[in-house]
Amino acid sequence: MGAYVLRRLSYGIGVVFGVLFLLFILFFTVTKPDDIARRALGEKAPPEVIEQWKINHGYDRPLWPWQDWDDNLLFDHYERMLTFDFGLSDADDSPITERIASGVGPSLSLTVPLLVLGILVAIPLSLLVAFFRETYIDRMGVFLCVLAMSVSMLLYIIGAQFLIGKVLRWYPISGFDSNLLMLPRFLALPLIVGVLSGVGGDVRFYRTVFLEESSRDFVRTARAKGASEARIMTRHVLRNAMIPILTNVVLAIPFLFTGALLLEAFFGIPGLGSITVDAIAANDFSTLRTMVFIGSLLFILGQIATDLSYGLVDPRVRFE
Amino acid sequence: MMDLEPHVISNLVTGALLVGIALIARSVRRQRLWREAATQLWRRRRIAILVVGVYLAIGLLDSIAWKGGVPEDVVDVLPNAPLTLIDRAFLGSREASYSAPFADVEFYGGDPLRNPGSHPLGTDILGRDVLYLSLKGARVALLIGGLTSLIAIPLALFFGVGAGYFGGRFDDGVFFLISTLASMPGLLLLIALIMAMGRGTVSVCVALGVTSWVGFCRLSRAETLKLRELDYVAAARALGVTEIRIVLRHILPNLAHLIVITFVLMFSGLVLSEVVLSWLGIGVDGSWGQMIDSARNELSREPIIWWNIAAAGTALFGLVLAVNSVGDAIRDVLDPRTLKEAP
Repeated sequence: MGAYVLRRLSYGIGVVFGVLFLLFILFFTVTKPDDIARRALGEKAPPEVIEQWKINHGYDRPLWPWQDWDDNLLFDHYERMLTFDFGLSDADDSPITERIASGVGPSLSLTVPLLVLGILVAIPLSLLVAFFRETYIDRMGVFLCVLAMSVSMLLYIIGAQFLIGKVLRWYPISGFDSNLLMLPRFLALPLIVGVLSGVGGDVRFYRTVFLEESSRDFVRTARAKGASEARIMTRHVLRNAMIPILTNVVLAIPFLFTGALLLEAFFGIPGLGSITVDAIAANDFSTLRTMVFIGSLLFILGQIATDLSYGLVDPRVRFE
Repeated sequence: MMDLEPHVISNLVTGALLVGIALIARSVRRQRLWREAATQLWRRRRIAILVVGVYLAIGLLDSIAWKGGVPEDVVDVLPNAPLTLIDRAFLGSREASYSAPFADVEFYGGDPLRNPGSHPLGTDILGRDVLYLSLKGARVALLIGGLTSLIAIPLALFFGVGAGYFGGRFDDGVFFLISTLASMPGLLLLIALIMAMGRGTVSVCVALGVTSWVGFCRLSRAETLKLRELDYVAAARALGVTEIRIVLRHILPNLAHLIVITFVLMFSGLVLSEVVLSWLGIGVDGSWGQMIDSARNELSREPIIWWNIAAAGTALFGLVLAVNSVGDAIRDVLDPRTLKEAP
């Protein structure tokens, strides 16, 4: 077990280095510091202003170690990202770390309920559909899932905002308030939209998992000994389907932090997703690469956590 | 090649695609397995296949362009611009501003239209016919789904089959690359790629391709690992068949059903991702995503202008639903693993 954890962690570190290298390629060589400066300052900025901007943002050094071993952007990029010293935004010179810190709270207040609600809706529904397999209800359920999956997220959001804000005129459709009493009012709509747009794919996936499990021998045995179908579904099928479900859920956790990009931006929630969207609009490369790095880091941690938690859920899993 | 104009290249590519489709159709008819799968598919999803066919036909009509043949009195066309069949069908349909479906007068102001009653879906803020724009979007959507798959699937096959079949260092390298790419959140990587490469149709397709090949690469690697241990591969090797030939004749044909399934299921996902990209301002010109994005604020006008977002949304929904539904049926028909689902 110990050796496995160690190996898994070191592979994860390797992947982090790979991600950082890819980011360097994308944000320093494909888009050169000169391009970044020009996009921040405008096409007609004089060369000396661009040079000054590059010095201020630390872009005035050579790219590769073989150009200057002690002072180059590649090593600097690794050092700063790995020590979480993200520096200044390329667009408005504000410190990135502070902005990210201020975005975590609002992001989590949307995405944690979204994840929990999504699971609470998807698993009972898919159990129900799997329970009625090969019947009219199953076929209707699968068809509704495909239907729900075929609508663009954007249309869900626009439709919901239009209905609540324009047709019914219930309440302001976008905004945020950290006051706990006001919060549900602003979170209700993004939550409904988020669950609705995700439920189709989830139910279909879980249904396949449940169906696979319900054709196993132990299910037949349980049926033979006279266990009721409902008990079989919850006791035998659901429990054995935990591994794929767990994988699906844990891999979704990193997105709690990077936030639901569209939902946050449309519903005016000042979280990490909104920061990313603003960074795209403002050509803010340093913020963008920081967000990609944080997202990847969390994803890698999530993967390691999933791999290690298999043993907790399923005692048959052995680590070699 | 350099002196060919874009529309000539587009015509040639369309021709090549048609020939390719004809060749594929011929080989489907020849082999019993594929012929039966096609028959079953047709029996199960007749309507969805017809809908996809309609979209393909519209995309085709919009892909063949030539110059000239424009009447003198048409104003809003650049002289000597190549026009497609769809463009020609809607020549001179442009109005000054909004008009409602089948209206005779402009939406604001009430001035008479140039072509009263001839816009079944109304016109947008610039006076362009919404039906025309929706039809034009079909080609863009097919391009996004098709071109991206043509980038992603060969890439995934090359690395996946290579890694699975040859193993060793190459496998380690590919596996590391896959883990690295898969660790970066899809949408963020997509945005980063497009921001770095610049905006435009080709860079959007390349970025979508780079972010979407990983899943299929993993799948084809796993399948190849299984296939390489089978008896007929060992037999072929014993007979002295070269490695390349084994991969081409014995491994790839056994991945064909996965290629088809992946292609169809990937397609709708790609079309939907483009909508999000359009909203972020880094999408493809003329797509339904851009129509939806530019029309979304018009819902807050008074009275409500709903027809352009409804048209683009319906066109998008129709294509994605039809492709998803065909994809589901293809998976059921081609993938024997799902047969186990029946109790």
